[in-house]
Amino acid sequence: MTDEVDESRRHFLTVATVATGAVGAAFAITPFLASWKPSAKAKALGAPVEVDISKLDPGALMKVEWRGKAIYIVHRTPQMLAQLQGIDGKLRDPNSNDSDQPAWAKNVARSAKPEYLVLTGVCTHLGCAPLDKFTPKDVTVSADWPGGFFCPCHGSKFDLAGRVFKDVPAPLNLPVPPYKFASDTRLMIGLDGGNA
Amino acid sequence: MASSSNSASAKGGLAGWINERLPVEQFWKTHVSEYYAPKNFNFWYFFGSLALVVLVIQILTGIFLTMNYKPSSAEAFNSVEYIMRDVDWGWLIRYMHSTGASAFFIVIYLHMFRALMYGSYRKPRELLWIFGMVIYLALMAEAFFGYLLPWGNMSYWGAQVIVSLFGAIPYVGDSLTEWIRGDYYISDVTLNRFFALHVIAIPLALVFLVIAHLAALHEVGSNNPDGIEIKKLKGPDGVPLDGIPFHPYYTIKDLVGLGVFLILFSLVVFFAPTMGGYFLEHANFDPANPLQTPPHIAPVWYFTPYYAILRAVPNKLLGVTLMGAAVLLFVFLPWLDRGKVKSIRYRGPLFKFFLFSFAIAFVVLGFLGMQPPTPAYTMAARLFSIVYFAFFLLMPWYTSRDQTKPVPTRVQYHAH
Repeated sequence: MTDEVDESRRHFLTVATVATGAVGAAFAITPFLASWKPSAKAKALGAPVEVDISKLDPGALMKVEWRGKAIYIVHRTPQMLAQLQGIDGKLRDPNSNDSDQPAWAKNVARSAKPEYLVLTGVCTHLGCAPLDKFTPKDVTVSADWPGGFFCPCHGSKFDLAGRVFKDVPAPLNLPVPPYKFASDTRLMIGLDGGNA
Repeated sequence: MASSSNSASAKGGLAGWINERLPVEQFWKTHVSEYYAPKNFNFWYFFGSLALVVLVIQILTGIFLTMNYKPSSAEAFNSVEYIMRDVDWGWLIRYMHSTGASAFFIVIYLHMFRALMYGSYRKPRELLWIFGMVIYLALMAEAFFGYLLPWGNMSYWGAQVIVSLFGAIPYVGDSLTEWIRGDYYISDVTLNRFFALHVIAIPLALVFLVIAHLAALHEVGSNNPDGIEIKKLKGPDGVPLDGIPFHPYYTIKDLVGLGVFLILFSLVVFFAPTMGGYFLEHANFDPANPLQTPPHIAPVWYFTPYYAILRAVPNKLLGVTLMGAAVLLFVFLPWLDRGKVKSIRYRGPLFKFFLFSFAIAFVVLGFLGMQPPTPAYTMAARLFSIVYFAFFLLMPWYTSRDQTKPVPTRVQYHAH
């Protein structure tokens, strides 16, 4: 028997206790952090929605709600589709290389059927809802306005396919949500497949 | 000090009995009756105690608001209307709380400007200053979470914009925003958790931070308009020559400041509770509508300087980074300032120029953040953002080169 303190033993015990406590704390914090994720109920409420587009007139916009976001459906006229041509130089991502859309919508019209545009109406800057400013040369936007969407919050501009213009705060084109034509007049928002 | 604690324990009766078990009297002496503050405080020194009063107002009115408020997306808006119309004196309690929010930021901004003028963040008060800045951050979080609760349309879209800021962070941004919201959009789930954060988590943290702020203050001692350390010159009794007991001198003086504050506060509560849309925004009198953005989104006035900086940058990630930097740069002031003197009274023209440019930039950015983003306003916001950042980033340069005046050894004080 000796009264001397075994320093290395004490050091080992301190380190071992702290390490065990830290592992325990990491396990203990996990359920609290994970409880902030979308619950099973929130996930179920995010299921696809069916939309009847038979009464959507050419040139008109309708808004439906999916996962709490506004989904814009525009019945584009041939004239509106023509407005998409020849403005690539003014666009930040004209070919949608960096933007968010299903692979089958990565084209100039950004849609499965060119006459129907389906977009998430949430500005890619900070999530405001862009306004429909479809009339070309609308003075509330600018004198050389080709027609499209205008975000009232921070002035971001998008063309009639939701492609973002240069020199505005929004970094990317408006996202195209997954959708599928169940028939010619019925659209399933949230279900992938496009025109299949 | 040692002799006073002896006399405390020597006392009989209930006070003596308690003091032997809990040093109440010693605490009172250390922090109030024998806390020596410089005798040359001016009106700028009201705002610390006023901030404490506003905190108490917010906690008291907040407790009574939770008795009638319902934190669910279906009921929140109507329960606020119920408080306003049907609960006896509910309108007064709510208007005190909403006016208190703006009053809190007015008082804190003046309190911070005082520190900038007199160099109160300088050594040895760095930690005191950092606690203060963490309080400021907690206050911003508290205001943001609270602003969603009325579930008006501006509440909704304001939360949408602020939560989206985190989406700018590369790789984890989208999952982080989903985690904060607990849903794919700002929903009932988000409202419920913001309520918990607003009424429990942040206020609890705030109270602890205020205690730490005051403990640090009473350890290093108060600065003053001359930026002189009064502890350097002590009398034979160990009391600073330029110090006077906080009680009764400053408790009485602060009561006068409190009186003026409460008169102004009452004027707003009773005659202009919305302050023309600046304290309570008009768009928030419509219930939250996820499909309809208000025609013009602007945060409440106390966030607009940072919002103007965010909007001035035509790149999302850079904009968010600069906005965060605009807030966080304050923390580094003790190390950015290389000046030989603390107080503006003895600083040279360079510091005065940069400080007042900064103050003007802060106010102008605050105005611009409320306006729609026209090209002219955006250019102005860019210009004043540069002025804002110049105050911090050029500080090591202009404070070390400034022509300072000699600092007296005693505080400048005239008896009235």
